Amino acid sequence: MGWKFKADRPIYTQLVEQIELRIVSGMYSPGSKLPSVRDLAAEASVNPNTMQKALAELEQNGLLYAQRTSGRYITEDEKMILKVKDTIALEEIKSFLQKMSELGFNSQDTIYLIESVAKEMTK
Amino acid sequence: MNPILECKSLTKKYGNTGALSNIDLTIQRGRIVGLLGPNGSGKSTLIKLANGLLTPTGGEILINGSYPGIETKKIVSYLPERTYLNDWMSVKEVIDFFKDFYSNFKPDKAYEMLERLAINPNDKLKTLSKGTKEKVQLILVMSREADLYLLDEPIGGVDPAARDYILNTIINNYNEKAAVVISTHLIADIESVLDDVVFLANGKVALTESVDEIREKQGKSIDGLFREVFKC
Repeated sequence: MGWKFKADRPIYTQLVEQIELRIVSGMYSPGSKLPSVRDLAAEASVNPNTMQKALAELEQNGLLYAQRTSGRYITEDEKMILKVKDTIALEEIKSFLQKMSELGFNSQDTIYLIESVAKEMTK
Repeated sequence: MNPILECKSLTKKYGNTGALSNIDLTIQRGRIVGLLGPNGSGKSTLIKLANGLLTPTGGEILINGSYPGIETKKIVSYLPERTYLNDWMSVKEVIDFFKDFYSNFKPDKAYEMLERLAINPNDKLKTLSKGTKEKVQLILVMSREADLYLLDEPIGGVDPAARDYILNTIINNYNEKAAVVISTHLIADIESVLDDVVFLANGKVALTESVDEIREKQGKSIDGLFREVFKC
């Protein structure tokens, strides 16, 4: 998973989302240590202060916790991670349905289409 | 603590032409700041004033609370827009030269970066391409442990891969005590590295704000905003 930023929104909110994604997908596993701010900033090619701000927000909402001397860790609370995962999934679905409705498909049509495409893909 | 760079009603005229008029600007330590503006907006003039290469026509410019001079040059690492190094020297000789000049110059750091960019320290400067020469010069500047880095167009002449490496070097060198000021036209390439931007237009500060605030309020990138504000 690479780091990508869209032009129309603050970089730090995009960092928050992308780190969340890395946590719920298991790329950063529960209880493991997060790389340092500097390393993460270099990896994502962003300003260290911006990365710091993103990590502070993730700490605030509980996905990360800081250990005074040894750095930041991913939460061990797997329920919380699942909850975040659900939230992300719901938002993806909402935005997809929104796009489909702009194309002129109602929810029913869309669900029917999804089922047929899913069948196709599992063949 | 004093801001690392402060301009108070700073004005510079070349004869009758005004280059900067009545600039008020403060840059704090720990920030990476983009100095952006169209050609002739006063970017290089501002940087030269900060280095004491020019003297103000009016107002003042302070580095860590002092006027530019011998003491401030110790803590300012400057990358000029043009190269001033002697062509007949080898890269290694230039490094020795810098070591003699600046007590805060770290040769180990310079050699490490040269190696990463596959530049041979024994090559003479005159045999290097324009882009490679620019890389050498930036390596020299970033190998000093300064409080203020003033980089005048640091990435203009180098290829995209080296550009990424240079930006990463700036990120990796980051420390809370030092500020970095980067003047450039290549906004899209550097905006994710910046804390704040200063837009100069016709010798005045048109805007100074944090990158994420601009994105938040305007719903567009700094590059997009620049193109809109300075539309020709």
